[in-house]
Amino acid sequence: MTEITIDMVRKRAEADAKTYGYYLVPDPDLLQALLEGLKVNEERYGYPSCPCRLAAGKFDYDRDIICPCDYRDPDVAEFGACYCRLYVNKEVFEGRQELPTVPERRPLEKQSKAYTATVVSKETEAAKAKEKLETATKEEPEETLKTKPKLWYCKQCGYVTFRDDPPYICPICKAKRKMFAEIKTRTDFIG
Amino acid sequence: MQFSKVSGKQSQHKVVLYALSTCAWCKMTKQFLKDNDVEFEYIDVDLCEEEDKQKIREQIQSKGGSLSYPTTIVDDNLVITGFRKDKLKEVLGI
Repeated sequence: MTEITIDMVRKRAEADAKTYGYYLVPDPDLLQALLEGLKVNEERYGYPSCPCRLAAGKFDYDRDIICPCDYRDPDVAEFGACYCRLYVNKEVFEGRQELPTVPERRPLEKQSKAYTATVVSKETEAAKAKEKLETATKEEPEETLKTKPKLWYCKQCGYVTFRDDPPYICPICKAKRKMFAEIKTRTDFIG
Repeated sequence: MQFSKVSGKQSQHKVVLYALSTCAWCKMTKQFLKDNDVEFEYIDVDLCEEEDKQKIREQIQSKGGSLSYPTTIVDDNLVITGFRKDKLKEVLGI
């Protein structure tokens, strides 16, 4: 595995900021500390989860807080910066707006997973084992999570994504969440 | 559960800081308290065992705090969420 360097983390963040029209926080010490936090998380979890949020260490539970997190776009739009303040808008970058305090938008239910990840998976395992015993003849689909990812499409631009919930803002055309609809798939057996 | 203690001359309040080792704002809070010679104890929640995380969650929520970091609890009852210099100054009288 290639070693993760601060430079790699920085370049990735810079490229993403450029793509989506954001800026990285101008304070060099703060920026450095945030990038270091991302690096540590990528090293220990295998993905760069938000340095300012407690991760569960399980990909399925942390998917929404992998940087850039699901909450960045609505937070920058509403407050001028994302939750950890790595990404800011032009006004903040140019010093015309003070670096804001950004409240947590992530639902408590998702935050809670970081405190109960092990407990939940143990319970799920126990329940699964019990269920297997009871329905030994039936085939069990492998499902460990309560929420299932679905296909969503943006009614404005056609962007399609496969996840638990639709994005807050379309990453392509910036349409709001309400412009997303679920794509219902159906399997037909013919003949 | 092991809290790290930082001694300081400003010790009239009990200051407990819940932090993350990776969080830039938690680092700034620790530094701010040190710079102002405030005695405090802190714990990096991301480095804790699973059972301790659960206990910490109960501790924070029982005081009415949210699960955001840094969370500073002063004298067991006043919760400050985030790095709020103004609030820390006001509450700690520094």
